[in-house]
Amino acid sequence: MITLGHYLVVSGMLFALGLAGVIARRNIIIVYMCLEMMLSAANLALVGFSRFHLVNGLPDYTAQSLVFFTITVAAAEVAVGLAIIVALFRSKQSVDVESVTKLQG
Amino acid sequence: MPPLLFYLLALITLGFGFMVVTGRNPVTCALSLAASFVGLAALFLSLDAYFIGIIQILVYAGAVMVLFLFIIMLLDIKAEEGKKLNLPAIVSGVLLAVLLTIQIIAVVSGTGFAKKSTANTPLELAEAAGKLGRAALPTITNDLKAGTLPDAKLIGFTLFDQYGFHLQVIGLLLLVGTIGVVVLSKRERSGTP
Repeated sequence: MITLGHYLVVSGMLFALGLAGVIARRNIIIVYMCLEMMLSAANLALVGFSRFHLVNGLPDYTAQSLVFFTITVAAAEVAVGLAIIVALFRSKQSVDVESVTKLQG
Repeated sequence: MPPLLFYLLALITLGFGFMVVTGRNPVTCALSLAASFVGLAALFLSLDAYFIGIIQILVYAGAVMVLFLFIIMLLDIKAEEGKKLNLPAIVSGVLLAVLLTIQIIAVVSGTGFAKKSTANTPLELAEAAGKLGRAALPTITNDLKAGTLPDAKLIGFTLFDQYGFHLQVIGLLLLVGTIGVVVLSKRERSGTP
């Protein structure tokens, strides 16, 4: 029997994978993909809670509206982030996060 | 939904997610991420969130991943070969991920979430038709009485009824994002304007 707990654990594991990728990887594009993965993991938890919190016998559509907003913000964020990566690549000729250390103390 | 299907979809989502984190070639990573998002969209469909599942495929697996692949191929990023691994970062990343997973499993198993399944919280479509309140538009109630879930219509009603202002703010955000991309990718010219 598949319960809400199963969905939450899958969501948590996907988030943990993304977190590990953000910390361990040095290619800035792959770091960015892992960020997207973490956003989607949060969406999965939201949709799970929406399905199991019934309002008048229907899923709670407030949560799904929030997921809609999250996906929109993520799309805008990807566009801006990739433009920043392109600008970074132009000035450093590299996508390694360790090539950008100007703000390091 | 049969439990086997859930485990298969979870395996697709997490397995391809693992390939994103461990892959050496950025193109492989991007394609794995697209496959992972398709698995995730199927999980959304299994939660009766059809609209969210479809826009997950359209926006993420479609638009966002094409943008990623476009940038990878535009910048001509090669697979990182022979580079030394950043051992402290990898160890701390894996440790944090394992700790977070254990913590989430502990928290979830200690609450009532593990008792709520789709079998004991079924959707009551016919009953819901009479209790909609302001959302009782003919198109929605007719769908509910026919036994189908008018998922996109209900999300649309929620968005335009309660979150109209937020929707406009999101539209403005997309506009600002578009302008930001144009400004960021404009090549700075020295000398004549």
